[in-house]
Amino acid sequence: MFGLTALELARIQFGFTVSFHIIFPAITIGLASYLAVLEGLWLWKMDEVYRDLYDFWSKIFAVNFAMGVVSGLVMAYQFGTNWSYFSAFAGSITGPLLTYEVLTAFFLEAGFLGVMLFGWNKVGPGLHFFATVMVATGTLISATWILASNSWMQTPQGFEIIDGRIVPVDWLKVIFNPSFPYRLVHMTIAAYLATALFVGAAGAWHLLRGRATPAVRTMMSMAMWMVLVVAPIQIAVGDQHGLNTLEYQPAKIAAVEGHWENAPGESVPLIIFGLPDMKAETTRAAVQIPYLGSLILTHSLHGQIPGLKQFVPGDRPNSAIVFWTFRVMVGLGFLMLFLGLWSLWLRAHNALFVSRPFLRFTTLMGPSGLIALLAGWLTTEIGRQPWVVYGVMRTDHAVSNHSALALSTTLIVFIVMYSAVFGTGISYMLKMVAKGPTQGKEAERAIGQAERPARPLSAAPDNIDPTVRQ
Amino acid sequence: MGIDLPLLWAIIIAFGLMMYVVMDGFDLGIGILFPFVREREDRDTMVNSVAPVWDGNETWLALGGAALLAAFPLAYSVILSALYLPILLMLAGLIWRGVAFEFRFKSDETHRPFWDKAFAWGSYIATFSQGVALGAFINGFEVKDRAYAGGLFDWLTPFSVFTGLGLLVAYALLGATWLVMKTEGALQHRMREVSRPVTISLLLAIVIVSLWTPYAHAEVAARWFSLPNLFFFAPVPVLVVLATGAILRTLSRDSNAAPFLLALLLLFLGYTGLAISLWPNIIPPGISIWDAAAPPQTMGFTLVGALFVIPIILAYTAWSYYVFRGKVRTGEGYH
Repeated sequence: MFGLTALELARIQFGFTVSFHIIFPAITIGLASYLAVLEGLWLWKMDEVYRDLYDFWSKIFAVNFAMGVVSGLVMAYQFGTNWSYFSAFAGSITGPLLTYEVLTAFFLEAGFLGVMLFGWNKVGPGLHFFATVMVATGTLISATWILASNSWMQTPQGFEIIDGRIVPVDWLKVIFNPSFPYRLVHMTIAAYLATALFVGAAGAWHLLRGRATPAVRTMMSMAMWMVLVVAPIQIAVGDQHGLNTLEYQPAKIAAVEGHWENAPGESVPLIIFGLPDMKAETTRAAVQIPYLGSLILTHSLHGQIPGLKQFVPGDRPNSAIVFWTFRVMVGLGFLMLFLGLWSLWLRAHNALFVSRPFLRFTTLMGPSGLIALLAGWLTTEIGRQPWVVYGVMRTDHAVSNHSALALSTTLIVFIVMYSAVFGTGISYMLKMVAKGPTQGKEAERAIGQAERPARPLSAAPDNIDPTVRQ
Repeated sequence: MGIDLPLLWAIIIAFGLMMYVVMDGFDLGIGILFPFVREREDRDTMVNSVAPVWDGNETWLALGGAALLAAFPLAYSVILSALYLPILLMLAGLIWRGVAFEFRFKSDETHRPFWDKAFAWGSYIATFSQGVALGAFINGFEVKDRAYAGGLFDWLTPFSVFTGLGLLVAYALLGATWLVMKTEGALQHRMREVSRPVTISLLLAIVIVSLWTPYAHAEVAARWFSLPNLFFFAPVPVLVVLATGAILRTLSRDSNAAPFLLALLLLFLGYTGLAISLWPNIIPPGISIWDAAAPPQTMGFTLVGALFVIPIILAYTAWSYYVFRGKVRTGEGYH
């Protein structure tokens, strides 16, 4: 297909399926914690507004969760179907980490999800809250294991190669590999931030339409506090993560910065915009700020970082891509910081729920967390190339022996199916968001899930709200 | 070390896959039965009967994949690349039916029939692909230099197509008897009716597979018909016949849980029969669990977690089923 090799097609297939997948767990992680906080506040303050918000977001959570489960199942099998040499070579390390994820996270989430979504009238409020907390905990445990696995592929340690395959020798070193803490914190915060931006955008959208109900105002306010606090933390964590990458994967940083070579004694400028050209070994049309590159990456004015030319051409990540994916992520990060500060200023002037330019901007920023998250993952994964396990196994040695034809066919199937299925799912989620939280549904709650007494005649007719089962 | 790690892991994976077969079996079965139930309310009840538990059921499949990667990376890499197409088909089926669970409740009236179809088709495709994969697994794989050396369509044989159809019948029985247990009234009555021919078909399918497998594979036949294996085997067919008879008998009485429990027993018997036939190979016909095992450091590390966590999983899974015990009534609360 389009003259692509089987290796390229396999990479595109993995990139496509994992990119679609990661959107859902990111929102799952964020919403699960948000729901736990909402239910906790409801139990603590006895304020129905939190319960209204719980009911509202838990329905969206349910749809999102289902899409995360089924798109994730594809990932668990794709290592074997498409990357069989990688699995045979490194399965002794990635396999156990994935198994621990299933055992300690997936089961926990799935096991308590039923009670969380359907169990309101089957268990007491304390036990229900416990179920919600377990689901939220499961999502965080899940992130921990999968990031341990991914980080090990980025900065592998704690193993030996015996008879052509990896043998783990020190599990603590495997799990707590050098990039793991940075990656885990960066990703977890990214999930929280993406969810806060999504929730905030939903609030802003309703406020723009004049629906300033207590629930809408509460979710808007909570989301903006979250963005205000978390966006600057994320920028600081990102900076530290970058320094860690410079230490362990200097070629990735050189590619991200479009930095080709050092002149003796000269500072590294920061290239703001430019077009890295892998063939010509230069970054064209570069707009750069002197000293800033040194300052950011070495925290000194004259520090130098390795340039791409220090690596043989076959070992260089594609700068033309990661240069831009990185800038998209960072640019959005600063817009989030700006959003948080703006919200604080408006809050101080009692205009948080009324400033139309701000509300429009917040709505527009709704998907920005997810876009930044995807851009960040593209940067780190493409920046790892040409290695699948950094410095240990090359990607072209990892791929299964499928033909380009077989891979093209399955890739097309994936693209068509994912667009149809998950496109529909996302549109349902947005429709549910657009309906907005319903106020004071206690009466309905009492009958909605009880042992099914006769439904009062006054209850809403069918289809007034298809999300509530009649 | 005195512990036979590959053996323990083979048992854990076999147990995980069995949990998957019986648990996702009945909720896939509900999709398979969809075309036989027309009324919308009944369909809602059918879906609601598994809505709180299907995620957990499917997680056993994720465990099967992950544990195979951890304990037998070679088997994972060979089997999954050999079964590339059926596995992708299975995943596609599971995606459609998995989202249909949610979507059919969120969609408006005009789209609901579409998601009902997606739910049924997805269940058929996922089940059939699993059955085909099972048949291909029994047939074995061509391996050279520790990698799959066969073609893209080697899995497609008359035998594997038959096991695909056989699994459809098996899951349909689990689904129908599950609904006998979980529903009442007209739907329950209908499921009692449906269960009877399905039970008989399943018995036929088991008989045919049991004859076909040793006939096509001399090494399986040798394993079956040598002493003392024959003694261990002899009770299996007897128990299969007894279980089938008991299902038919309990269906005609006013029973609730009995047919489902007996159907589980029947599936369990079929599953053990297969496991014994293939033992101790993890990549039939020639690679044993010891040949394909991960390094002991890997198996030991993961074993600690598995032995500690699986009982906890079973406990809270049981609790979740307990919370949602009893009959599902028409229209009872989806969230």
